Amino acid sequence: MTLKRLLLAAAFAAPLTLPGLASAQGTLRIGMTAADIPLTHGQPDQGFEGNRFTGFPLFDPLTAWDLSRPDRPTPLVPSLALSWEVDAANKTRWIVKLRPGVKFHDGSDFNADAVVWNVRKVLDRDAPQYDPRQVGLTATRMPALRRAEKVDDLTVALFTAEPDSFLPINLTNLFMVSPTHWQKLRDAAPTAEAAWNAFAANPSGTGPFKMARFVPRERAEYVKNEAYWGGAPKLDRVILLPIPEANARTAALLSGQVDWIEAPSPDSVPQLKQRGMVITQNVQPHFWPWQPCFVGDSPLKDVRVRRAINLAIDRDGMKQLLGGFMEPATGTVEQGHPWWGNPTFKIRTDKAEARKLLAEAGYGPGKPLKFKVQISASGSGQMQPLQMNEYLQQDLKQVGVEVEFDVVDWNTLFTNWRQGCASPAARGAAATNVSISTMDPFFALVRFYDSKMAAPVSNNWGMFSDPRFDAMIAEARNSFEPAARDAALAKLHAAGVDEALFIWVAHDVSPRAMSAKVKGFVQPQSWFVDLKTVSIQ
Amino acid sequence: MLLYLLRRIVYAIPIAVAVGFVCFMLVQIAPGDPINAIVPPDAPADVVEQVRKDYGLDKPLPIQFGLWLWKVCHGDLGRSLATGRPVWSDLSSAIGNTLTLAVCASLLGFALGCLLGGIAGTFRGSFADRIATTLAVAGVSVPHYWLGMVLVVIFSVQLNWLPAMGAGPGGSADWSWDWEHIRHLILPMVTLSVIPMGIVTRTVRGLVAEIMNQEFITALRAKGLSTWTIFLHVVKNAAPNALAVMGLQLGYLMGGSILVETVFSWPGTGLLLNSAIFQRDLPVLQGTILVLAMFFVTLNLIVDLVQTTLDPRIKRA
Repeated sequence: MTLKRLLLAAAFAAPLTLPGLASAQGTLRIGMTAADIPLTHGQPDQGFEGNRFTGFPLFDPLTAWDLSRPDRPTPLVPSLALSWEVDAANKTRWIVKLRPGVKFHDGSDFNADAVVWNVRKVLDRDAPQYDPRQVGLTATRMPALRRAEKVDDLTVALFTAEPDSFLPINLTNLFMVSPTHWQKLRDAAPTAEAAWNAFAANPSGTGPFKMARFVPRERAEYVKNEAYWGGAPKLDRVILLPIPEANARTAALLSGQVDWIEAPSPDSVPQLKQRGMVITQNVQPHFWPWQPCFVGDSPLKDVRVRRAINLAIDRDGMKQLLGGFMEPATGTVEQGHPWWGNPTFKIRTDKAEARKLLAEAGYGPGKPLKFKVQISASGSGQMQPLQMNEYLQQDLKQVGVEVEFDVVDWNTLFTNWRQGCASPAARGAAATNVSISTMDPFFALVRFYDSKMAAPVSNNWGMFSDPRFDAMIAEARNSFEPAARDAALAKLHAAGVDEALFIWVAHDVSPRAMSAKVKGFVQPQSWFVDLKTVSIQ
Repeated sequence: MLLYLLRRIVYAIPIAVAVGFVCFMLVQIAPGDPINAIVPPDAPADVVEQVRKDYGLDKPLPIQFGLWLWKVCHGDLGRSLATGRPVWSDLSSAIGNTLTLAVCASLLGFALGCLLGGIAGTFRGSFADRIATTLAVAGVSVPHYWLGMVLVVIFSVQLNWLPAMGAGPGGSADWSWDWEHIRHLILPMVTLSVIPMGIVTRTVRGLVAEIMNQEFITALRAKGLSTWTIFLHVVKNAAPNALAVMGLQLGYLMGGSILVETVFSWPGTGLLLNSAIFQRDLPVLQGTILVLAMFFVTLNLIVDLVQTTLDPRIKRA
């Protein structure tokens, strides 16, 4: 009788345990490098890690990246916009057709009114929903966009300050949030800022995941959006945990507290592999350079010197130093990218040629080239800045170049970056070491090569100015057919490499480590990933 | 005594203003720009200036400080530049988490310190004394963030006995005193306890040794009192000084250990200050440091009052 009762009890208990097992199967726990949960009000902070984890999973922009393949740069694809084209009669006006039948998480409709509302939140200071916090995170990435107008429920017109073919790419940075949900919160809040804070704790977008729980500074939990227009994701739940310290992230993965970590420290990789973890990496739209100064006493004004330094660097040796976690950079983008352009100056390691160029420029054993570079000790995208810079210092000594460093913290480095090499903040540095995202043409090329973008306007820290480059930029901006635009950008890129406008060193490969239970993950050549295809075994 | 109390409370006001001022000036003097908490590095100059104006960061420094002080007097610590959340909402949860960790680490450290110090002081020069002293020196010498990492490697990664990070399976918001949560507390608690353990051991050892050598102890023995009764006399005489040291240690721990909380991702004031420093998030920095400074002042006052209670010879004017 006792055994029978036990069996009956077990039979009743078993179904109670199964749902727990089922939900545990579909839960992915991610350890991020960020020290806090990136902002969840629609425009994430913490760089592109924010867009990766609190941008695309919760929200959609009008245009997006195709993240489905690892073997090519990510092309632009429709997202909440089905199509976009510039008005032939007015090149500052774009007609954008919207995807029908899309709903926000709160059930309200996505339509042209929502697009106009979202554009106004960052561009119209008189709009009730205007949020200065989001301006800095968005307007910088859409420098030409000025306003939006509704044409009909599923058509919107976007206006730019000047003709700018880059706009569709820039729109990947503007996430659409629910105006209805925000207004409900605003009606209950004393200020717009308070409403945005309430929205951040309970956001509503159109993305494949919805916020289920938000604990500031500690965790964000998502559940799948079954009604997602692009098909429901496989995961039931995603949990984001900020773990800024690299060893703590590694320990969390090895102890089973998380399933996936961003940026494991290189020296922990052998142990991770030994314990059955999967290490993924892929070349990223990123490069790690020294950005020269083109004014004043800078010795890097001389193109022979810049070419010489590019030729003197042993990038394969640096790759060994980083345990294989980099790709040698021979340009802002690499061969195979639509913007490559086939430059005639081939960046490679050729120390003999480097010495020859330096001699032509008047440098040699009797008069060594000496200059200072401003660098940081750490920072987002900076990879291993101290080790990498010290490697370069030793490498360049072999061709008689003496480099001195001005080491500052990351915050200070990019404050100085905004001020330019002619300002006192540069402290006499002939180059600065700030890593660059290359997702879009403005970020990758224009802000460095355009004379109008000289600091403090934008990030042309070196004050580079050449009318030929300004003309090439204008040509690219006014080429609205994508193939023509890419061809113009390729011409610009090739010219930049030929003039050695950077000292190109490395591309990041964004390593991440994950449990073998994580399935379906594709690491594209992008800062972003698609969590919809991921599942947990 | 009441006058003394009132005087100490009044003294706290200029201390609060001075702490706020020093913190404000340090952030302004340090290289870097608080605007970086709000705009990314690639922001063009016009956007940067507009945002600077929107946040009042373009105002003269005395006005910025004055406005902040005015708000603090009305109970408003401002909003984080990075997140926009009220400083108090993040700070109150962080303080709770740090208090939990600090009190537990203190209790462990003080208990061990008193035990080891008592043994060492009573049996000075013996093998037990040498062991206790070695442990004390090791406790204050070993970098505690290194110790924390070693404990994680052993107990989390190799043995898989304890979690490596966090304040509970669902975060600190769900904290409860059950095993699932306490196991998250063990490693950071042990890590943080070693320094107070070492300091209290050394202090108590010295106090006990000194008291044991005093004539009144010889007199008590001659009177035939038991060892236990003599021990109570030693404790009563050592307590005021030992308490002063423990109070200071508790104050330091309640300030939060930036390094230990970062290693264990423990969401306390240390981790909050860590990210605020890197982001130059001035309101969070000022608010957090002000509140922690007031904690310290209050704790010192409590320790002084307890000392007076324990030892009537100490008179507070």
